Amino acid sequence: MDRRHFLQLAAYGGAVFSSALPGMRAAHAADDFYFVQLSDMHWGFQGPENPDARGTLPKAIAAVNALPEPPDFVVFTGDLTHTTEDGAERRKRLGEVQQMVRQLRVKDLRFLPGEHDAALDQGKAFSEFFGPTHYTFDHKGVHFIALDNVSDPAARLGDEQLAWLRSDLQAQAPGTPIVALTHRPLFDLYPQWDWATRDGAQAVEILQSRPHVVVFYGHIHQEHHHMTGSIAHHSARSLMFALPAPGSQPKRTPVAWDPAQPYRGLGFREVEAAPGAARYALNELPVAGS
Amino acid sequence: MGPDRLRRLLLLFAPAGVLAQWAPGAAAAPLEVRMVARRFVFEPDTIHARVGQPVLLRITAPEVPMGLNLPDFHVRVDIVPGKEAQLRFTPTQPGSFAFACDVFCGNGHEQMGGTVEVSA
Repeated sequence: MDRRHFLQLAAYGGAVFSSALPGMRAAHAADDFYFVQLSDMHWGFQGPENPDARGTLPKAIAAVNALPEPPDFVVFTGDLTHTTEDGAERRKRLGEVQQMVRQLRVKDLRFLPGEHDAALDQGKAFSEFFGPTHYTFDHKGVHFIALDNVSDPAARLGDEQLAWLRSDLQAQAPGTPIVALTHRPLFDLYPQWDWATRDGAQAVEILQSRPHVVVFYGHIHQEHHHMTGSIAHHSARSLMFALPAPGSQPKRTPVAWDPAQPYRGLGFREVEAAPGAARYALNELPVAGS
Repeated sequence: MGPDRLRRLLLLFAPAGVLAQWAPGAAAAPLEVRMVARRFVFEPDTIHARVGQPVLLRITAPEVPMGLNLPDFHVRVDIVPGKEAQLRFTPTQPGSFAFACDVFCGNGHEQMGGTVEVSA
């Protein structure tokens, strides 16, 4: 499937367009590209919510490898592992994830921590395996900013990171498309279930100073789309267990595994980027075998 | 305008939740609740309160740092081992309002929450 075909498919459902320039038609240009978002793998989780806990990530890796056209890169938006208080076990899980994702044919991999990876040791073990917990990179005219709203167990970005974000944005040329990557939502999605970032509103205010910003995140184990001003926020599905819609039940207990529909609610996402139009097409894909 | 007329006007236009605090003789005694935040449960995890009655939660966390966030009342507090934390709020409408631990405390954090049940 080439990029033009992808955009055509995206127009027929299973995909969401996200644009910082409402009304502009997606242009197919030489600098168009696509990347894949994997999220919330929770490696090490054991429970009836996923009887194939050790098989789901390998299936997702195989599915990414089977894509007709390889993505330019893959981003992992946190909770690579399920939390453990045993530091040795945490490193074992992180190491196993590191080994498994080497099976991806795409070698440009970008990692963010989730609170399960990082909150109990402030990101120390995660950094040993995957490097800094917040950083930037540029790809074909798009400026990507990975934010860490999990290493602080109180879910704060913190003044230092917010100042770093402000400074980084000021250094970008006007009109540069910005993609922010986070684990937790930056807005108050449903704080009753701790689906928020304590100082996320400050980050959104800083990001709002730029005209073309989109946020991709994880944490809530389901697809969700929300606007704060001109900024679109898109959460991804999990690769371990699904969670209920915000506020739909008293407790945020995982969705039960359905033997009749295995892997239901799990999956990953392709994001087709058209930097020239600051436009993104999202395509949600199931785990292979579902 | 005399003080009686001013009070009548205030009573006429004030929202119900404010009424409970301004009406003469309505100064209800605070409801004090002692709560323990353990991994991964609040004890008790259900608080029964009444509209207009101030609530004071006196919370301790014997194990690890916790947080209690009650978003519908726009209040939260950090709970640090060795020190009692206090959280005050006054319900202004009946209903069931969820609270959660908002400081990640381990495998079970996601299930750590409770409700404030407010009756009229």
